[in-house]
Amino acid sequence: MAMEERRAWIMVVVTITTYPWYVVTILGRAATVPLAEVSYVGTLLWTVGGAIVGSIVLTIVVSIFFPKDADKKDQRDREIHRFGEAMGQSFVILGAVAAMLMAMAEFQYFWIANVIYLCFVLSSVLGSTAKVIAYRRGLPLW
Amino acid sequence: MVKPTRVTNTIRSLRFSHGEMTQAELADRIGVTRQTVIAIEQGRYSPSLEMAFQIARVFQVRLDDVFQYPDE
Repeated sequence: MAMEERRAWIMVVVTITTYPWYVVTILGRAATVPLAEVSYVGTLLWTVGGAIVGSIVLTIVVSIFFPKDADKKDQRDREIHRFGEAMGQSFVILGAVAAMLMAMAEFQYFWIANVIYLCFVLSSVLGSTAKVIAYRRGLPLW
Repeated sequence: MVKPTRVTNTIRSLRFSHGEMTQAELADRIGVTRQTVIAIEQGRYSPSLEMAFQIARVFQVRLDDVFQYPDE
């Protein structure tokens, strides 16, 4: 398995582990107060920070186990990376547009922040999954 | 949306006819990872024209002795 494919797997695993933890934590606090009034900022920042640190640590661990492949990257890796990023980009744009519309409609900060975070998560999952599929089945011919 | 490439190749047989060259050896010669050589051999990745020429040069054959594009 190419190192870049391992990195894509790490992103998928980290994202689908940390986001549900965040959602469960926030929903747990909503038992006593309305959801939009739950304290979420610290948890969100810790979750994002934890995901970044987690992916860095996992990448280092994987590089230790597979030192031969750690710094190898070729044309195919770069093409797959660009393809994955392009796929994930759609959700970043969707999140930005949604946040803009919600701000115009004067939604509460809680909803705006969480819609943006959700779109980042979806972008990461979609982009990384697209990379894994491209590694396994090949790049699509449009 | 996703279609496999129609480009076929004879890299596997060329490797064997050139002293049973390993995929790793070929990868080193053309400066890519072994996974990329595997993907090309299995038709999961179409290399760039430049990489295709490099592969042909390793085996000292013409480009269309390595890669083929069948009619419809």
